[in-house]
Formats: sequence, C-alpha cells, structure tokens
Amino acid sequence: MDPLSTLWETFFDWESMREALPEMLTVGLPNTLTLAVSAALLGSVLGMLLAVAGISRTRWLRWPARIYTDVFRGLPAAATILLIGVGLAPLGMQVWGPNPYPLGVLALSLIAAAYLGEIFRAGILSVEAAQLEGARALGFSWGEAMRLVIIPQGVRRVLPAWVNQLISLIKDSSLVYFLGLLASQRELFRIGQDYAANTGNQSALLLAGLFYLLLTVPLTHAVNWLDRRLRQGRPAAPPEPDTEPADLTPSGKDPR
Amino acid sequence: MTTTTSVSLAVRDVHLAFGAHRVLRGADLDVARGGAACVIGPSGSGKSTLLRTINRLIEPDRGDVLLDGRSVLRDDPDALRQRIGMVFQQFNLFPHLSVLRNITLALRKLKKLDEDEAVALARAQLDLVGLAGKADARPAQLSGGQQQRVAIARALALRPQVMLFDEATSALDPELVKGVLAVMADLAAAGMTMVVVTHEMGFARSVADTVAFMDAGVVLESGPPEAVFEAPEHPRLRRFLSQVL
Repeated sequence: MDPLSTLWETFFDWESMREALPEMLTVGLPNTLTLAVSAALLGSVLGMLLAVAGISRTRWLRWPARIYTDVFRGLPAAATILLIGVGLAPLGMQVWGPNPYPLGVLALSLIAAAYLGEIFRAGILSVEAAQLEGARALGFSWGEAMRLVIIPQGVRRVLPAWVNQLISLIKDSSLVYFLGLLASQRELFRIGQDYAANTGNQSALLLAGLFYLLLTVPLTHAVNWLDRRLRQGRPAAPPEPDTEPADLTPSGKDPR
Repeated sequence: MTTTTSVSLAVRDVHLAFGAHRVLRGADLDVARGGAACVIGPSGSGKSTLLRTINRLIEPDRGDVLLDGRSVLRDDPDALRQRIGMVFQQFNLFPHLSVLRNITLALRKLKKLDEDEAVALARAQLDLVGLAGKADARPAQLSGGQQQRVAIARALALRPQVMLFDEATSALDPELVKGVLAVMADLAAAGMTMVVVTHEMGFARSVADTVAFMDAGVVLESGPPEAVFEAPEHPRLRRFLSQVL
C-alpha cells in the first residue's frame, strides 16, 4: 500500500467512522452538551457575582474577585479540572457518589466564571453613568438600579463575548475525561479516542472533531451575526419628524 | 386640574466641594408651594450640582434642604427621590425597555402596583404628554423632544411633590424645544413646585415665579422675573444678561 493511501485511511476510514457514529450521537453528543451547558449556566451565575464584586466600592469584595480571576484565568484548564475533580472527589463521593460529572461541571464553571466575570464587568462598566443616575433619581436603590437597569444593558452588549465563552466550554468539556468516565459517561472526545486507541485508526477521533466543529462553527457565525446586530441595532423605523404643539402658554391641560 | 400635593422647597446655605474645587459656596433658594423657580447662570456656576443636592444624588457637605420646612437630610434618600421627580438634559431613558416599560418599571418595583394598574397609569401619563401612540416604541425610535416628554411622563407617574429639570431642552434641536417647554409650562400652571435649570430666558420670563441667578456656587440675585430681567442689580447678572438676551 502506498504511503498516501495509508495516510488517507488513517483519518478517513469510513468503516471506523460508521462504527463509532451511533455511540457519538446517543452518548457522546448529549454528554458533551450536558457538560458545556450546565457549566455555562453555573459559570454565568458565578461570573455575574464576580463582576458585581469586581466593581464594588468595598475592597473586601473587589480584592477576592480580582485574586479569583487571576488564579483561575492563569491556571491551565487541565490542572484546574484535575485539582478539583480529583482533589474534591472524596467529598463528592459522600454527596453524590462516584459520578465525576458534578465536579467536572464545577471545575469547568469555575474556569468559565473567571472569564465571564471579566466579560460582564466590561459590559456593566460600558453602560453610561447617566443610566445609573436616571434610575437612582426615580428612587431605585443602587442594587435595584444595577439589577433592573444597568446589568440588563451591560449583558446585552457583551452577548457576543458570552457566546465565545460557550464555544470554549464546548471544547474544554473534553478535558473531563481525566476524571475517569464510565462507558455511559463518555463525551465526544473520549468516545473518539477510545475507538482510535482500540483500532489504531484515527478516523473515529476525526469524527469526534467533526462533531465539535458542527457545534462550534455555527456558534462562531452566531457571534458575528449577534455582534453586527448589536452594533447596528435591530432593524427599526427611523425616528419620525416631530410634530410638537408650538404654543408656550399654558394650555390648561394638566400633565399630571 | 388635579388637586396639588406640592410642597414648598428651601435650600439653605448649601456647600459642596469636589476635592479642592468648591462647586457650591453657600447657595440659597426658596420656592413657594406650587411655585416655579428658574435657575439661570453661566455654565460651571453650580446650577446642575445644586439641583442634585435637592434630591441628594449628591450629598452636600454643609447646609440643608427643606421640603415644607422639614429637612430632607434625615430621610432615606431612595424614598426621598420617589417624592422628587427629575428630568435630565440627556433624558436618561432606559434604551433596553419600551416607552411603556420605562414608565411602569418604577411603578411596579417601587410603588408595588400590579401590572394592570401600572400600565393604565403609564398610558394615561403618556396621553397627557401627547405620546399615547408611542407606548410600544423603543426610546431610540423617538425624536429627542418625544424622548424628553417620555422622561417627564416617567417622573410624573410617580406623583412627585417637586419636579427638578436639569437643562431639559439643551440637548434638543431648536424646533423640538417648544413642545417640551409647553409640557413644563402646563405643569407649572397646574401648581407643581418646580426648580428649572435653564438657558431658555423666554421660558424663565413667562413661566417662573422666581428667577435665581447663580455664579461661582452661590445664588447672587433672585426675585420675580420682571425684577431680575428688567432691573438687575448685580453687575455680574447684568453682564450675563447682556450676553444671553
């Protein structure tokens, strides 16, 4: 066999792919999505808390948020997942048994929270100070003004960055295989890798890669679309010319 | 006309410094119950800052603010601000909410009205500023004049006892100014206690009961518009009027 066709068969052996496909679809894909989506949700909640702590006027909130962010952004994801997933395993064992998913999700969330916290913080800080003043002038407390007026606007502005983080999570979810997975707990990468290890043929792993691309490439395009839409604003009718009463004297109508 | 719940307003010897910069140096202002005071003066004279000490968006270093003779400095500032409406130069509408939601937000969350009551009240208030048809628009879809009238409706929906206007028409195209001033004039005629920081001398002359001239952090001269405009005493006021009139 000539080297080129050997190379071709190493990556594009349809038989190996067909063999791995059912398990990828029924086990790997749902598991990958479970890991990524739960970590995105938990990470967003934690990230929002970090963002609010990060802009707090109290240094006892600001500093811990800063340190947390530096640590979890600075560590390799693999190290964090192992440290949490293995280090806390005895504790997890007593709470939910030998399932590595809760700690895997926790580790992924803690990493994502560090990035999301910075993203949310940038979004919140980008909202004009006049918005806070407008809300406070109505009688809202600082917390209410943040929750009802500032944060909703800030989050909207950083939605593209949020989707980027979701893409990272989909990819990083492959790292939970470090924690040891039962057959039914394997996600896309682990299934591909197992088939590849058993057969010595990389095609199943390449199929796993295609699944990741199927998830992440549309999301990248969604980011671009979202970004464009947020920049240009949603399609809306332009302001119409104003027709104002041109009378300065009291009309006797009580605006209250 | 609605029976007024307006109060009298007095600012007493208010001082405020940002670091070494003394913005207010003993400002005084009196507005009778249901009266309208216009505050005029060069930019940087402390007019907007004075306005913000009244509803305590900025806390004064010294001095007092009295509503019906009672100091507001001991009140809870958030509760106080529900009683004092404020309208800003840049409108400060919430761009992520519809016009209707801009008005109902505080009604639902602060006044604890249920959805139906809040919407009914907001629609009635919008109708009074001539924007009943714009309830579902986003602020960005409105002209500046319309946005400012929404901002006025939003403040009035909370049934304030005092209204503060911070250069409410300064950001508007000239042809949109009159509509907003008309709403403000109606409000003054209805007996709302108002403090209006403005560059609109025509408005001050025809609507105000009191015109107060501020310069360098103090009210240098105040009185009825005829006196301030026709017979200004202070040389600084005379110079200011000769430049703006």
